[in-house]
Amino acid sequence: MTLLSLSNVAAFYGPSQALFDVSLDLQAGEVMALMGRNGMGKTTTVKAVCRMIPVTGGKIVFDGVDLRPLPSHRAARLGIGLVPEGRRVFPNLTVAENLQAAARPGDWTLARVARLFPRLEERRDQMAATLSGGEQQMLAIGRALTTNPRLLILDEATEGLAPLVRQEIWAAISALKRETGMAILLIDKSVSELAEVADRAVILRRGETVWSGRFDQISDSLMQDYVGV
Amino acid sequence: MKREMLINAALMAGLLVVPLWAWAVDEPFTITLATRVAILALAAVGLNIALGIGGLVSLGHAAFFGIGGYAMGILASHAQTYDPIMQWPLLVEGTKVMPVIWIVAVLAAALAALVIGALSLRTSGVYFIMITLAFGQMLYFFAISWPAYGGEDGLSIYVRNDFPLLNTLDPIQFFAICFALLALALWFSARLAASPFGLALNAARQTPQRVEAVGLSPFRLRLAAFVLSGAITGLAGALFADLNRFVSPVMFSWQTSGEIIVFIILGGVGRLYGPVAGAALFITLEHFLGEVSDYWHIFLGLLLLAVVLFARGGVIGTLAGRKVAHD
Repeated sequence: MTLLSLSNVAAFYGPSQALFDVSLDLQAGEVMALMGRNGMGKTTTVKAVCRMIPVTGGKIVFDGVDLRPLPSHRAARLGIGLVPEGRRVFPNLTVAENLQAAARPGDWTLARVARLFPRLEERRDQMAATLSGGEQQMLAIGRALTTNPRLLILDEATEGLAPLVRQEIWAAISALKRETGMAILLIDKSVSELAEVADRAVILRRGETVWSGRFDQISDSLMQDYVGV
Repeated sequence: MKREMLINAALMAGLLVVPLWAWAVDEPFTITLATRVAILALAAVGLNIALGIGGLVSLGHAAFFGIGGYAMGILASHAQTYDPIMQWPLLVEGTKVMPVIWIVAVLAAALAALVIGALSLRTSGVYFIMITLAFGQMLYFFAISWPAYGGEDGLSIYVRNDFPLLNTLDPIQFFAICFALLALALWFSARLAASPFGLALNAARQTPQRVEAVGLSPFRLRLAAFVLSGAITGLAGALFADLNRFVSPVMFSWQTSGEIIVFIILGGVGRLYGPVAGAALFITLEHFLGEVSDYWHIFLGLLLLAVVLFARGGVIGTLAGRKVAHD
């Protein structure tokens, strides 16, 4: 079943057009990597899906619902959990409060998030602003999970983190794939780690989808030309 | 945190002990002062939900204070003249029963807050301050030009309204009512701040976009907070009118809105018991400095300056220490 479908999406980022023709189909339970060099429209695509920027053309459908007319919070309520670029936690709340503020009924409770990231349990009553970068990232993922989403979007979740912390985050993503039926859309620069978890990939170039297919079918030349690896 | 709890407990104990002492030594005026503190603190506890948790600087909360006051004034004046408020399409008579008056005051203030909030919350920052001020002033001038209920002269109620089993004209008994309602509002406010709603409202104060990304609408959170806030301030307005047995357009004036904000700043913005500390300090200063000079507001101004410059956590913040969430 197709959970998220983008067809020929065009969107502006401020005054300049960033997306010209982005299409992708994400199935329920699937892990998809959204790839491309810097500035090719990966984050803008995520922002368009989450209704944070106006979409000027094409269609975005989530579980049969047209997302285009919806405000951001309504799109999120349909079951899209975003972990935005740059670890955007609520700085003036504690770890536990961050998770409680966003929580909606479902399998993902504070206790389950604590099992996934034991470090958060240790920091339970600490202000989020005082956490390390890795802990903030874990909190941002935990917060998205307590909204009990059907689609989790991780935008550069491991960027700028120490190698050990990155390993912890990748282990958590693998665990999510293994233990839940949650669909995941991933943006990340670590191709080798993406290869471990991603079922399929979509490659963007200058705001257009240039390739989509099974992750293991991405050729070396595609990687070199469009991803820069 | 523990220190703040001790300070809060001491504050409430003080507010309880002073009138009890005054009652024992037969000083009814002191009891009235304490009652004023309890009522004005209640008004500020209401505003503190919008201002302290939600970061909404409303300069129009006198609108809800005044609506609460006039709800009491209108109901009680009709009851005292036995003249129904309206006869068609259904008969509505006045009442002197406090709980009924409170319910009307709370509902009327909440309704007004819903309308004013729905319009004002589309703006933010200085525009929000100005638009709430404008609504407050609109109601002020409406009250002045409404001759049916006294216009500029206001409306006197000869006997204080009734509360079952109590003699409300006895100052200590009326104080007990006001103190109980203040305690109830503080309890509600504490529960609200710790609830997912309160947490999200707090988060929306600093990072509204992030709140939206987790599926919550900052506008709706703020509107709900504004309505709850207005309702509590409305209840305080009804009690204030009952304390003075008089309502006038002054209750709607922007100076009243300003005073409610001053209580919160003096006590500590976002501190649960800040409004109690602020109102107590304000009334005490007004009483003692007012005896020294008619121009006591100069000293208040200096104090306010000192708080804003040197003690941004207000009285509670200075005594209890820094709290990262709000400073």
